[in-house]
Amino acid sequence: MSDDDARTGGEAVRCDGLEYAFGQTRAVDGLDLTVATGEVFGLLGPNGAGKTTAIRCITTLLPVPAGRVRVFGHDAAKERMAVRRLLGYVPQQLSADSGLTGRENVALFARVFDVPRKERARRVEQALYAVDLTESADRMAKTYSGGMIRRLELAQALVSAPRLLMLDEPTIGLDPIARTSVWEHINAVRRATGMTVLVTTHHMDEADQYCDRLALMHRGRIRALGTPDGLKAELRERRGASGPDDPPPTLEDVFRDVAGRGLDTQGGDFRDVRSTRRTATRLG
Amino acid sequence: MSAAPAAPQPASAEALDTAGGEKTGALDLLLVPPRARTGWRLLPARIGALCTVELQKLRHDRAELYTRAVQPALWLLIFGETFTRIKAIPTGGIPYIDYLAPGIIAQSAMFIAIFYGIMIIWERDSGILTKLLVTPTPRSALITGKAFAAGVKALIQAVVVIVIAALLGVALTWNPLRLLGVAVAVILGSAFFSCLSMTIAGIVLTRDRLMGIGQAITMPLFFGSSALYPVSIMPGWLQAVSRANPLSYQVDALRGLLLGTPSHLALDYGVLLLAAALGILAASSLLGRLAR
Repeated sequence: MSDDDARTGGEAVRCDGLEYAFGQTRAVDGLDLTVATGEVFGLLGPNGAGKTTAIRCITTLLPVPAGRVRVFGHDAAKERMAVRRLLGYVPQQLSADSGLTGRENVALFARVFDVPRKERARRVEQALYAVDLTESADRMAKTYSGGMIRRLELAQALVSAPRLLMLDEPTIGLDPIARTSVWEHINAVRRATGMTVLVTTHHMDEADQYCDRLALMHRGRIRALGTPDGLKAELRERRGASGPDDPPPTLEDVFRDVAGRGLDTQGGDFRDVRSTRRTATRLG
Repeated sequence: MSAAPAAPQPASAEALDTAGGEKTGALDLLLVPPRARTGWRLLPARIGALCTVELQKLRHDRAELYTRAVQPALWLLIFGETFTRIKAIPTGGIPYIDYLAPGIIAQSAMFIAIFYGIMIIWERDSGILTKLLVTPTPRSALITGKAFAAGVKALIQAVVVIVIAALLGVALTWNPLRLLGVAVAVILGSAFFSCLSMTIAGIVLTRDRLMGIGQAITMPLFFGSSALYPVSIMPGWLQAVSRANPLSYQVDALRGLLLGTPSHLALDYGVLLLAAALGILAASSLLGRLAR
Protein backbone atom coordinates (compact mmCIF):
# COMPACT_ATOMS: atom_id res chain seq x y z
CA MET A 1 0.00 0.00 0.00
CA SER A 2 2.64 2.52 1.03
CA ASP A 3 4.88 1.42 -1.83
CA ASP A 4 1.99 2.06 -4.16
CA ASP A 5 1.31 5.45 -2.71
CA ALA A 6 4.93 6.43 -3.08
CA ARG A 7 4.89 5.33 -6.72
CA THR A 8 1.67 7.15 -7.59
CA GLY A 9 2.18 10.16 -5.33
CA GLY A 10 -1.17 9.48 -3.65
CA GLU A 11 -2.99 9.78 -6.95
CA ALA A 12 -5.84 7.40 -7.71
CA VAL A 13 -6.47 8.77 -11.21
CA ARG A 14 -4.37 11.02 -13.34
CA CYS A 15 -5.32 12.17 -16.85
CA ASP A 16 -2.87 14.25 -18.84
CA GLY A 17 -4.07 15.88 -22.04
CA LEU A 18 -6.69 13.18 -22.65
CA GLU A 19 -8.47 13.57 -25.98
CA TYR A 20 -11.25 11.53 -27.50
CA ALA A 21 -13.31 12.29 -30.58
CA PHE A 22 -16.40 10.63 -32.05
CA GLY A 23 -15.98 11.48 -35.72
CA GLN A 24 -15.94 15.28 -35.87
CA THR A 25 -17.15 15.74 -32.30
CA ARG A 26 -14.35 16.21 -29.81
CA ALA A 27 -15.99 14.75 -26.74
CA VAL A 28 -12.91 15.07 -24.54
CA ASP A 29 -10.53 17.81 -25.60
CA GLY A 30 -7.35 17.95 -23.57
CA LEU A 31 -8.52 16.81 -20.16
CA ASP A 32 -6.15 17.20 -17.23
CA LEU A 33 -7.50 15.67 -14.07
CA THR A 34 -6.11 14.31 -10.84
CA VAL A 35 -8.11 12.41 -8.24
CA ALA A 36 -6.39 11.96 -4.90
CA THR A 37 -6.46 8.63 -3.09
CA GLY A 38 -9.35 8.39 -0.66
CA GLU A 39 -11.41 11.37 -1.79
CA VAL A 40 -14.91 11.56 -3.24
CA PHE A 41 -14.39 13.41 -6.46
CA GLY A 42 -17.36 14.77 -8.40
CA LEU A 43 -17.21 15.33 -12.14
CA LEU A 44 -19.95 17.75 -13.14
CA GLY A 45 -21.00 19.15 -16.44
CA PRO A 46 -23.92 19.63 -18.83
CA ASN A 47 -25.09 16.86 -21.16
CA GLY A 48 -22.40 16.21 -23.73
CA ALA A 49 -19.63 17.84 -21.69
CA GLY A 50 -17.57 14.67 -22.07
CA LYS A 51 -17.98 13.25 -18.57
CA THR A 52 -19.08 9.78 -19.61
CA THR A 53 -16.47 9.61 -22.37
CA ALA A 54 -13.74 10.52 -19.89
CA ILE A 55 -15.04 7.88 -17.46
CA ARG A 56 -15.04 5.30 -20.24
CA CYS A 57 -11.43 6.10 -21.09
CA ILE A 58 -10.45 5.67 -17.44
CA THR A 59 -12.32 2.35 -17.20
CA THR A 60 -10.48 1.03 -20.30
CA LEU A 61 -13.73 0.73 -22.27
CA LEU A 62 -12.44 3.27 -24.75
CA PRO A 63 -8.90 3.49 -26.05
CA VAL A 64 -6.78 6.53 -25.21
CA PRO A 65 -6.01 8.03 -28.63
CA ALA A 66 -4.11 11.02 -27.28
CA GLY A 67 -2.78 11.92 -23.86
CA ARG A 68 -2.27 9.59 -20.95
CA VAL A 69 -4.54 8.04 -18.32
CA ARG A 70 -3.18 6.36 -15.21
CA VAL A 71 -5.07 4.57 -12.46
CA PHE A 72 -2.94 4.07 -9.36
CA GLY A 73 0.08 4.40 -11.61
CA HIS A 74 -1.11 1.85 -14.17
CA ASP A 75 -1.50 3.01 -17.75
CA ALA A 76 -5.16 2.60 -18.79
CA ALA A 77 -4.18 2.03 -22.42
CA LYS A 78 -1.36 -0.45 -21.86
CA GLU A 79 -2.14 -2.25 -18.61
CA ARG A 80 -5.85 -2.74 -19.05
CA MET A 81 -6.18 -5.89 -16.96
CA ALA A 82 -4.25 -4.34 -14.06
CA VAL A 83 -6.49 -1.26 -14.17
CA ARG A 84 -9.67 -3.33 -14.33
CA ARG A 85 -8.66 -5.25 -11.23
CA LEU A 86 -8.61 -2.01 -9.23
CA LEU A 87 -11.97 -0.74 -10.45
CA GLY A 88 -15.53 -1.04 -9.33
CA TYR A 89 -17.67 0.45 -12.07
CA VAL A 90 -21.36 1.28 -12.04
CA PRO A 91 -22.41 2.56 -15.48
CA GLN A 92 -25.23 5.00 -16.06
CA GLN A 93 -27.60 2.38 -17.39
CA LEU A 94 -29.12 -0.28 -15.17
CA SER A 95 -26.46 -2.91 -15.39
CA ALA A 96 -27.75 -5.58 -13.01
CA ASP A 97 -29.05 -8.64 -14.84
CA SER A 98 -32.82 -8.76 -14.40
CA GLY A 99 -32.86 -12.49 -15.15
CA LEU A 100 -30.84 -13.35 -12.03
CA THR A 101 -31.41 -12.98 -8.31
CA GLY A 102 -29.60 -10.27 -6.37
CA ARG A 103 -27.24 -12.81 -4.90
CA GLU A 104 -26.43 -14.37 -8.28
CA ASN A 105 -25.71 -10.92 -9.70
CA VAL A 106 -23.16 -10.26 -6.98
CA ALA A 107 -21.73 -13.79 -7.09
CA LEU A 108 -20.94 -13.40 -10.79
CA PHE A 109 -18.75 -10.41 -10.02
CA ALA A 110 -17.07 -12.26 -7.17
CA ARG A 111 -16.20 -15.01 -9.64
CA VAL A 112 -14.88 -12.78 -12.39
CA PHE A 113 -12.59 -11.13 -9.86
CA ASP A 114 -11.22 -14.51 -8.72
CA VAL A 115 -12.73 -14.64 -5.23
CA PRO A 116 -11.81 -18.14 -4.06
CA ARG A 117 -14.70 -20.57 -3.72
CA LYS A 118 -14.37 -21.00 0.04
CA GLU A 119 -14.87 -17.33 0.81
CA ARG A 120 -17.22 -16.50 -2.05
CA ALA A 121 -20.50 -16.98 -0.21
CA ARG A 122 -19.38 -14.91 2.76
CA ARG A 123 -17.99 -12.13 0.64
CA VAL A 124 -21.20 -11.95 -1.41
CA GLU A 125 -23.17 -11.88 1.83
CA GLN A 126 -21.09 -8.99 3.12
CA ALA A 127 -21.46 -6.99 -0.08
CA LEU A 128 -25.24 -7.45 0.04
CA TYR A 129 -25.23 -6.55 3.72
CA ALA A 130 -23.24 -3.38 3.06
CA VAL A 131 -26.00 -2.11 0.75
CA ASP A 132 -28.83 -3.38 2.90
CA LEU A 133 -30.07 -6.08 0.52
CA THR A 134 -29.63 -9.13 2.74
CA GLU A 135 -33.39 -9.64 3.00
CA SER A 136 -34.06 -9.43 -0.74
CA ALA A 137 -30.94 -11.25 -1.89
CA ASP A 138 -32.79 -14.26 -3.28
CA ARG A 139 -35.45 -12.33 -5.13
CA MET A 140 -35.11 -11.81 -8.86
CA ALA A 141 -33.53 -8.45 -9.66
CA LYS A 142 -36.45 -7.63 -11.96
CA THR A 143 -38.68 -7.32 -8.87
CA TYR A 144 -36.39 -4.69 -7.29
CA SER A 145 -37.21 -0.98 -7.09
CA GLY A 146 -34.98 1.56 -8.82
CA GLY A 147 -33.11 2.40 -5.63
CA MET A 148 -32.61 -1.28 -4.81
CA ILE A 149 -31.18 -1.96 -8.26
CA ARG A 150 -28.67 0.83 -7.81
CA ARG A 151 -27.70 -0.56 -4.42
CA LEU A 152 -27.38 -4.03 -5.95
CA GLU A 153 -25.05 -2.61 -8.59
CA LEU A 154 -23.06 -1.01 -5.81
CA ALA A 155 -22.77 -4.43 -4.15
CA GLN A 156 -21.58 -5.92 -7.45
CA ALA A 157 -18.87 -3.28 -7.61
CA LEU A 158 -17.91 -3.67 -3.94
CA VAL A 159 -17.54 -7.43 -3.85
CA SER A 160 -14.06 -7.28 -5.37
CA ALA A 161 -12.85 -4.67 -2.82
CA PRO A 162 -11.97 -2.11 -5.52
CA ARG A 163 -9.60 0.72 -4.73
CA LEU A 164 -11.44 3.06 -7.05
CA LEU A 165 -15.21 3.13 -7.31
CA MET A 166 -16.45 4.78 -10.51
CA LEU A 167 -20.08 5.84 -10.53
CA ASP A 168 -21.60 7.34 -13.65
CA GLU A 169 -24.70 9.27 -12.60
CA PRO A 170 -25.64 6.84 -9.84
CA THR A 171 -28.83 8.66 -8.90
CA ILE A 172 -30.21 9.31 -12.38
CA GLY A 173 -33.98 8.85 -12.46
CA LEU A 174 -34.30 8.12 -8.74
CA ASP A 175 -36.74 9.83 -6.40
CA PRO A 176 -35.23 12.03 -3.65
CA ILE A 177 -35.55 9.38 -0.95
CA ALA A 178 -33.86 6.71 -3.03
CA ARG A 179 -31.17 9.24 -4.00
CA THR A 180 -30.37 9.95 -0.38
CA SER A 181 -30.31 6.26 0.43
CA VAL A 182 -27.91 5.47 -2.44
CA TRP A 183 -25.59 8.25 -1.29
CA GLU A 184 -25.73 7.19 2.33
CA HIS A 185 -24.64 3.71 1.33
CA ILE A 186 -21.85 5.05 -0.87
CA ASN A 187 -20.60 7.15 2.03
CA ALA A 188 -20.92 4.44 4.64
CA VAL A 189 -19.00 1.99 2.50
CA ARG A 190 -16.34 4.53 1.74
CA ARG A 191 -15.88 5.32 5.39
CA ALA A 192 -15.57 1.62 6.15
CA THR A 193 -13.16 0.82 3.31
CA GLY A 194 -11.37 4.09 2.54
CA MET A 195 -11.76 3.61 -1.18
CA THR A 196 -11.54 6.46 -3.69
CA VAL A 197 -14.80 7.45 -5.37
CA LEU A 198 -15.09 9.15 -8.74
CA VAL A 199 -18.67 10.12 -9.49
CA THR A 200 -20.44 12.07 -12.23
CA THR A 201 -23.72 13.77 -11.53
CA HIS A 202 -26.14 16.40 -12.75
CA HIS A 203 -27.45 17.14 -9.29
CA MET A 204 -25.73 20.21 -7.82
CA ASP A 205 -27.14 19.55 -4.37
CA GLU A 206 -25.58 16.07 -4.31
CA ALA A 207 -22.24 17.40 -5.46
CA ASP A 208 -22.36 20.09 -2.81
CA GLN A 209 -23.29 17.72 -0.04
CA TYR A 210 -21.31 14.58 -0.76
CA CYS A 211 -18.17 15.42 -2.75
CA ASP A 212 -14.82 16.44 -1.26
CA ARG A 213 -13.73 18.04 -4.50
CA LEU A 214 -15.42 18.93 -7.76
CA ALA A 215 -14.41 19.50 -11.33
CA LEU A 216 -16.78 21.33 -13.66
CA MET A 217 -16.40 20.02 -17.16
CA HIS A 218 -17.57 21.83 -20.25
CA ARG A 219 -16.84 21.08 -23.91
CA GLY A 220 -14.39 18.35 -23.09
CA ARG A 221 -12.24 20.20 -20.59
CA ILE A 222 -12.12 21.09 -16.90
CA ARG A 223 -13.24 24.68 -16.47
CA ALA A 224 -13.24 24.92 -12.67
CA LEU A 225 -11.82 22.80 -9.90
CA GLY A 226 -11.98 22.92 -6.13
CA THR A 227 -13.98 22.07 -3.03
CA PRO A 228 -17.68 22.97 -3.20
CA ASP A 229 -17.18 25.79 -0.70
CA GLY A 230 -14.01 26.97 -2.39
CA LEU A 231 -15.74 27.19 -5.78
CA LYS A 232 -18.60 29.20 -4.30
CA ALA A 233 -16.26 31.53 -2.41
CA GLU A 234 -14.23 32.09 -5.56
CA LEU A 235 -17.29 33.16 -7.49
CA ARG A 236 -18.38 35.48 -4.70
CA GLU A 237 -15.01 37.12 -4.79
CA ARG A 238 -15.05 37.47 -8.54
CA ARG A 239 -18.47 39.04 -8.47
CA GLY A 240 -17.07 41.35 -5.81
CA ALA A 241 -19.23 44.38 -5.31
CA SER A 242 -22.52 42.62 -4.90
CA GLY A 243 -25.06 44.12 -2.57
CA PRO A 244 -25.59 42.62 0.86
CA ASP A 245 -29.07 41.57 -0.26
CA ASP A 246 -27.75 39.22 -2.90
CA PRO A 247 -27.95 35.60 -1.81
CA PRO A 248 -24.56 33.85 -1.65
CA PRO A 249 -23.80 32.01 -4.88
CA THR A 250 -24.79 28.37 -5.15
CA LEU A 251 -22.98 25.68 -7.07
CA GLU A 252 -25.53 26.18 -9.79
CA ASP A 253 -24.36 29.78 -10.13
CA VAL A 254 -20.78 28.57 -10.38
CA PHE A 255 -21.88 26.11 -13.03
CA ARG A 256 -23.69 28.81 -15.01
CA ASP A 257 -20.72 31.10 -14.70
CA VAL A 258 -18.37 28.47 -16.07
CA ALA A 259 -20.53 27.04 -18.80
CA GLY A 260 -22.02 30.34 -19.92
CA ARG A 261 -25.13 30.71 -22.01
CA GLY A 262 -26.54 28.41 -24.60
CA LEU A 263 -26.32 25.48 -22.23
CA ASP A 264 -29.49 23.84 -23.43
CA THR A 265 -28.94 24.29 -27.15
CA GLN A 266 -25.89 22.06 -27.41
CA GLY A 267 -24.95 19.10 -25.38
CA GLY A 268 -25.90 15.48 -25.73
CA ASP A 269 -27.06 14.06 -29.02
CA PHE A 270 -30.30 12.22 -29.62
CA ARG A 271 -28.80 8.91 -28.57
CA ASP A 272 -27.63 10.31 -25.22
CA VAL A 273 -31.01 11.74 -24.43
CA ARG A 274 -32.79 8.57 -25.46
CA SER A 275 -30.54 6.39 -23.34
CA THR A 276 -30.91 8.68 -20.33
CA ARG A 277 -34.68 8.70 -20.63
CA ARG A 278 -34.73 4.95 -21.02
CA THR A 279 -32.74 4.52 -17.82
CA ALA A 280 -35.07 6.91 -16.04
CA THR A 281 -38.11 5.01 -17.30
CA ARG A 282 -36.78 1.68 -16.15
CA LEU A 283 -36.04 3.05 -12.72
CA GLY A 284 -39.33 4.89 -12.35
CA MET B 1 -21.76 -5.13 25.97
CA SER B 2 -19.37 -6.52 23.45
CA ALA B 3 -21.68 -8.15 20.96
CA ALA B 4 -19.96 -10.39 18.48
CA PRO B 5 -20.58 -9.04 14.97
CA ALA B 6 -20.50 -12.50 13.44
CA ALA B 7 -24.11 -12.93 12.29
CA PRO B 8 -24.99 -10.21 9.80
CA GLN B 9 -28.18 -8.55 10.92
CA PRO B 10 -30.14 -6.31 8.57
CA ALA B 11 -28.06 -3.17 8.40
CA SER B 12 -29.03 0.31 7.43
CA ALA B 13 -26.61 2.93 6.19
CA GLU B 14 -26.72 4.60 9.58
CA ALA B 15 -25.94 1.37 11.37
CA LEU B 16 -22.88 0.94 9.18
CA ASP B 17 -21.89 4.48 9.96
CA THR B 18 -22.18 4.32 13.70
CA ALA B 19 -21.19 0.76 14.30
CA GLY B 20 -17.58 1.84 14.62
CA GLY B 21 -15.36 -1.14 15.18
CA GLU B 22 -18.16 -3.61 14.55
CA LYS B 23 -18.61 -2.78 10.90
CA THR B 24 -15.08 -3.83 10.08
CA GLY B 25 -15.99 -7.21 11.49
CA ALA B 26 -19.11 -7.40 9.33
CA LEU B 27 -17.39 -6.14 6.19
CA ASP B 28 -13.86 -7.43 6.73
CA LEU B 29 -13.70 -9.28 3.42
CA LEU B 30 -14.64 -6.16 1.46
CA LEU B 31 -11.39 -4.55 2.58
CA VAL B 32 -9.18 -7.16 0.94
CA PRO B 33 -8.98 -7.51 -2.83
CA PRO B 34 -9.04 -11.16 -3.92
CA ARG B 35 -5.77 -12.63 -5.17
CA ALA B 36 -5.70 -12.51 -8.93
CA ARG B 37 -5.62 -15.72 -10.90
CA THR B 38 -2.88 -15.63 -13.47
CA GLY B 39 -1.63 -17.57 -16.44
CA TRP B 40 -3.52 -20.32 -18.17
CA ARG B 41 -6.02 -20.83 -15.33
CA LEU B 42 -7.66 -17.47 -15.88
CA LEU B 43 -9.50 -18.23 -19.11
CA PRO B 44 -11.10 -21.55 -18.06
CA ALA B 45 -12.15 -20.02 -14.73
CA ARG B 46 -13.85 -17.10 -16.50
CA ILE B 47 -15.52 -19.35 -19.04
CA GLY B 48 -16.78 -21.43 -16.13
CA ALA B 49 -18.17 -18.38 -14.34
CA LEU B 50 -19.95 -17.10 -17.43
CA CYS B 51 -21.38 -20.51 -18.34
CA THR B 52 -22.67 -20.89 -14.78
CA VAL B 53 -24.44 -17.58 -14.95
CA GLU B 54 -26.04 -18.53 -18.26
CA LEU B 55 -27.32 -21.77 -16.72
CA GLN B 56 -28.74 -19.79 -13.78
CA LYS B 57 -30.58 -17.52 -16.21
CA LEU B 58 -31.99 -20.51 -18.09
CA ARG B 59 -33.17 -22.05 -14.85
CA HIS B 60 -35.06 -18.86 -13.97
CA ASP B 61 -36.71 -18.64 -17.36
CA ARG B 62 -37.99 -22.09 -18.16
CA ALA B 63 -41.09 -20.75 -19.89
CA GLU B 64 -38.90 -19.65 -22.78
CA LEU B 65 -37.61 -23.17 -23.25
CA TYR B 66 -41.13 -24.56 -23.47
CA THR B 67 -42.40 -21.98 -25.92
CA ARG B 68 -39.34 -22.42 -28.11
CA ALA B 69 -40.04 -26.13 -28.42
CA VAL B 70 -43.28 -25.42 -30.28
CA GLN B 71 -41.73 -24.43 -33.59
CA PRO B 72 -39.59 -27.53 -34.23
CA ALA B 73 -42.49 -29.69 -33.10
CA LEU B 74 -44.74 -28.06 -35.70
CA TRP B 75 -42.13 -28.44 -38.46
CA LEU B 76 -41.88 -32.12 -37.74
CA LEU B 77 -45.63 -32.65 -37.41
CA ILE B 78 -46.97 -30.53 -40.27
CA PHE B 79 -44.15 -30.28 -42.78
CA GLY B 80 -42.77 -33.73 -42.00
CA GLU B 81 -46.06 -35.62 -42.09
CA THR B 82 -47.16 -33.90 -45.31
CA PHE B 83 -43.93 -34.39 -47.23
CA THR B 84 -43.75 -38.00 -46.13
CA ARG B 85 -46.97 -38.56 -48.08
CA ILE B 86 -45.82 -36.63 -51.16
CA LYS B 87 -42.65 -38.73 -51.47
CA ALA B 88 -41.18 -35.96 -53.65
CA ILE B 89 -37.74 -35.93 -52.10
CA PRO B 90 -35.22 -38.70 -52.77
CA THR B 91 -34.05 -39.74 -49.32
CA GLY B 92 -32.33 -42.98 -50.21
CA GLY B 93 -35.14 -45.25 -49.13
CA ILE B 94 -35.87 -43.97 -45.64
CA PRO B 95 -39.20 -42.31 -44.77
CA TYR B 96 -39.05 -38.54 -45.22
CA ILE B 97 -39.95 -37.83 -41.60
CA ASP B 98 -36.93 -39.87 -40.50
CA TYR B 99 -34.81 -37.96 -42.96
CA LEU B 100 -36.19 -34.66 -41.71
CA ALA B 101 -35.81 -35.14 -37.94
CA PRO B 102 -32.01 -34.51 -37.76
CA GLY B 103 -32.46 -31.52 -40.08
CA ILE B 104 -35.02 -30.04 -37.71
CA ILE B 105 -32.65 -30.46 -34.77
CA ALA B 106 -30.01 -28.50 -36.66
CA GLN B 107 -32.53 -25.91 -37.80
CA SER B 108 -33.94 -25.23 -34.36
CA ALA B 109 -30.41 -24.97 -32.97
CA MET B 110 -29.52 -22.41 -35.61
CA PHE B 111 -32.71 -20.37 -35.08
CA ILE B 112 -31.88 -20.07 -31.38
CA ALA B 113 -28.23 -19.26 -31.96
CA ILE B 114 -28.91 -16.56 -34.52
CA PHE B 115 -30.70 -14.52 -31.82
CA TYR B 116 -27.54 -14.15 -29.75
CA GLY B 117 -26.34 -11.12 -31.67
CA ILE B 118 -29.53 -9.32 -30.72
CA MET B 119 -29.10 -10.55 -27.16
CA ILE B 120 -25.57 -9.15 -26.93
CA ILE B 121 -26.72 -5.79 -28.29
CA TRP B 122 -29.51 -5.79 -25.72
CA GLU B 123 -26.98 -6.50 -22.99
CA ARG B 124 -24.85 -3.68 -24.33
CA ASP B 125 -27.77 -1.24 -24.31
CA SER B 126 -28.77 -2.31 -20.81
CA GLY B 127 -25.25 -1.87 -19.40
CA ILE B 128 -24.71 -5.52 -18.42
CA LEU B 129 -22.07 -6.07 -21.07
CA THR B 130 -20.39 -2.73 -20.43
CA LYS B 131 -19.86 -3.60 -16.80
CA LEU B 132 -18.51 -7.07 -17.56
CA LEU B 133 -16.07 -5.57 -20.05
CA VAL B 134 -14.55 -3.54 -17.19
CA THR B 135 -13.75 -6.70 -15.21
CA PRO B 136 -10.49 -8.63 -15.73
CA THR B 137 -12.21 -11.00 -18.15
CA PRO B 138 -10.92 -11.84 -21.62
CA ARG B 139 -13.41 -11.00 -24.40
CA SER B 140 -13.24 -14.60 -25.59
CA ALA B 141 -14.61 -15.84 -22.25
CA LEU B 142 -17.66 -13.57 -22.57
CA ILE B 143 -18.30 -14.88 -26.09
CA THR B 144 -17.70 -18.51 -25.14
CA GLY B 145 -20.21 -18.17 -22.29
CA LYS B 146 -22.86 -16.98 -24.73
CA ALA B 147 -21.96 -19.68 -27.25
CA PHE B 148 -22.28 -22.28 -24.51
CA ALA B 149 -25.70 -20.94 -23.54
CA ALA B 150 -26.84 -21.18 -27.14
CA GLY B 151 -25.58 -24.76 -27.17
CA VAL B 152 -27.45 -25.72 -24.01
CA LYS B 153 -30.70 -24.21 -25.26
CA ALA B 154 -30.29 -26.04 -28.56
CA LEU B 155 -29.55 -29.27 -26.74
CA ILE B 156 -32.82 -29.04 -24.82
CA GLN B 157 -34.63 -28.53 -28.12
CA ALA B 158 -32.82 -31.49 -29.61
CA VAL B 159 -34.15 -33.65 -26.80
CA VAL B 160 -37.69 -32.39 -27.50
CA VAL B 161 -37.34 -33.12 -31.23
CA ILE B 162 -35.92 -36.59 -30.58
CA VAL B 163 -38.80 -37.42 -28.24
CA ILE B 164 -41.45 -36.14 -30.66
CA ALA B 165 -39.77 -37.98 -33.52
CA ALA B 166 -39.76 -41.17 -31.48
CA LEU B 167 -43.49 -40.69 -30.78
CA LEU B 168 -44.09 -40.27 -34.51
CA GLY B 169 -42.40 -43.61 -35.05
CA VAL B 170 -39.04 -42.45 -36.37
CA ALA B 171 -36.44 -45.15 -35.79
CA LEU B 172 -33.65 -43.17 -34.11
CA THR B 173 -30.64 -44.62 -32.38
CA TRP B 174 -30.61 -44.91 -28.58
CA ASN B 175 -26.91 -45.75 -28.48
CA PRO B 176 -25.51 -43.48 -25.73
CA LEU B 177 -22.22 -42.91 -27.53
CA ARG B 178 -23.99 -41.79 -30.68
CA LEU B 179 -26.29 -39.55 -28.64
CA LEU B 180 -23.22 -37.99 -27.05
CA GLY B 181 -21.92 -37.35 -30.54
CA VAL B 182 -25.24 -35.70 -31.38
CA ALA B 183 -24.91 -33.44 -28.33
CA VAL B 184 -21.40 -32.39 -29.34
CA ALA B 185 -22.47 -31.63 -32.90
CA VAL B 186 -25.45 -29.58 -31.67
CA ILE B 187 -23.29 -27.56 -29.27
CA LEU B 188 -20.59 -26.89 -31.86
CA GLY B 189 -23.12 -25.84 -34.48
CA SER B 190 -24.90 -23.52 -32.05
CA ALA B 191 -21.59 -22.06 -30.96
CA PHE B 192 -20.76 -21.24 -34.57
CA PHE B 193 -24.10 -19.65 -35.43
CA SER B 194 -24.29 -17.65 -32.20
CA CYS B 195 -20.77 -16.36 -32.86
CA LEU B 196 -21.68 -15.56 -36.46
CA SER B 197 -24.57 -13.51 -35.14
CA MET B 198 -22.46 -11.81 -32.46
CA THR B 199 -19.78 -11.06 -35.05
CA ILE B 200 -22.34 -9.31 -37.22
CA ALA B 201 -23.55 -7.48 -34.09
CA GLY B 202 -19.99 -6.27 -33.56
CA ILE B 203 -19.97 -4.93 -37.13
CA VAL B 204 -23.40 -3.31 -37.46
CA LEU B 205 -23.73 -2.29 -33.77
CA THR B 206 -27.48 -1.61 -33.77
CA ARG B 207 -30.40 -3.89 -33.20
CA ASP B 208 -32.43 -2.67 -36.19
CA ARG B 209 -29.69 -3.40 -38.71
CA LEU B 210 -28.91 -6.74 -37.11
CA MET B 211 -32.57 -7.83 -37.27
CA GLY B 212 -32.63 -7.19 -41.00
CA ILE B 213 -29.37 -9.01 -41.65
CA GLY B 214 -30.28 -11.86 -39.31
CA GLN B 215 -33.50 -12.53 -41.17
CA ALA B 216 -31.77 -12.20 -44.51
CA ILE B 217 -29.11 -14.82 -43.75
CA THR B 218 -31.16 -17.33 -41.76
CA MET B 219 -33.32 -18.35 -44.69
CA PRO B 220 -30.53 -19.08 -47.21
CA LEU B 221 -28.46 -20.82 -44.53
CA PHE B 222 -31.39 -23.11 -43.79
CA PHE B 223 -32.63 -23.80 -47.33
CA GLY B 224 -29.09 -23.82 -48.70
CA SER B 225 -28.20 -26.79 -46.52
CA SER B 226 -29.03 -30.46 -46.51
CA ALA B 227 -31.57 -30.00 -43.67
CA LEU B 228 -34.69 -30.51 -45.84
CA TYR B 229 -33.39 -32.30 -48.94
CA PRO B 230 -30.19 -33.92 -50.15
CA VAL B 231 -27.54 -31.65 -51.59
CA SER B 232 -27.50 -33.76 -54.78
CA ILE B 233 -30.85 -32.38 -55.97
CA MET B 234 -29.66 -28.77 -55.75
CA PRO B 235 -28.39 -26.83 -58.78
CA GLY B 236 -24.60 -26.72 -59.01
CA TRP B 237 -24.12 -23.20 -57.64
CA LEU B 238 -26.30 -23.97 -54.64
CA GLN B 239 -24.33 -27.15 -53.98
CA ALA B 240 -21.25 -24.97 -53.73
CA VAL B 241 -23.03 -22.74 -51.22
CA SER B 242 -24.11 -25.78 -49.27
CA ARG B 243 -20.55 -27.03 -49.15
CA ALA B 244 -19.47 -23.79 -47.47
CA ASN B 245 -22.36 -23.93 -45.01
CA PRO B 246 -21.52 -25.45 -41.61
CA LEU B 247 -25.19 -26.36 -41.19
CA SER B 248 -24.81 -29.00 -43.91
CA TYR B 249 -21.96 -30.65 -42.01
CA GLN B 250 -23.95 -30.56 -38.79
CA VAL B 251 -26.94 -32.19 -40.51
CA ASP B 252 -24.69 -34.80 -42.09
CA ALA B 253 -23.26 -35.74 -38.69
CA LEU B 254 -26.67 -35.80 -37.00
CA ARG B 255 -28.19 -37.92 -39.75
CA GLY B 256 -25.28 -40.34 -39.69
CA LEU B 257 -25.43 -40.74 -35.92
CA LEU B 258 -29.19 -40.82 -35.43
CA LEU B 259 -30.27 -42.79 -38.52
CA GLY B 260 -27.09 -44.62 -39.45
CA THR B 261 -27.04 -43.17 -42.99
CA PRO B 262 -23.68 -42.85 -44.72
CA SER B 263 -21.85 -39.79 -43.40
CA HIS B 264 -18.42 -38.21 -43.09
CA LEU B 265 -18.08 -37.83 -39.32
CA ALA B 266 -14.40 -36.86 -39.23
CA LEU B 267 -14.89 -34.14 -41.82
CA ASP B 268 -18.12 -32.99 -40.19
CA TYR B 269 -16.63 -32.59 -36.73
CA GLY B 270 -13.49 -31.03 -38.17
CA VAL B 271 -15.49 -28.38 -40.02
CA LEU B 272 -17.75 -27.72 -37.01
CA LEU B 273 -14.82 -27.41 -34.62
CA LEU B 274 -12.95 -25.07 -36.93
CA ALA B 275 -16.07 -22.98 -37.58
CA ALA B 276 -16.81 -22.65 -33.86
CA ALA B 277 -13.21 -21.68 -33.07
CA LEU B 278 -13.09 -19.10 -35.86
CA GLY B 279 -16.48 -17.79 -34.77
CA ILE B 280 -15.35 -17.29 -31.18
CA LEU B 281 -12.20 -15.58 -32.41
CA ALA B 282 -14.05 -13.21 -34.75
CA ALA B 283 -16.80 -12.34 -32.28
CA SER B 284 -14.36 -11.71 -29.40
CA SER B 285 -12.18 -9.44 -31.47
CA LEU B 286 -15.19 -7.30 -32.40
CA LEU B 287 -16.85 -7.32 -28.96
CA GLY B 288 -14.97 -4.25 -27.75
CA ARG B 289 -16.58 -2.20 -30.53
CA LEU B 290 -19.95 -2.68 -28.89
CA ALA B 291 -18.79 -0.81 -25.78
CA ARG B 292 -17.89 2.35 -27.68
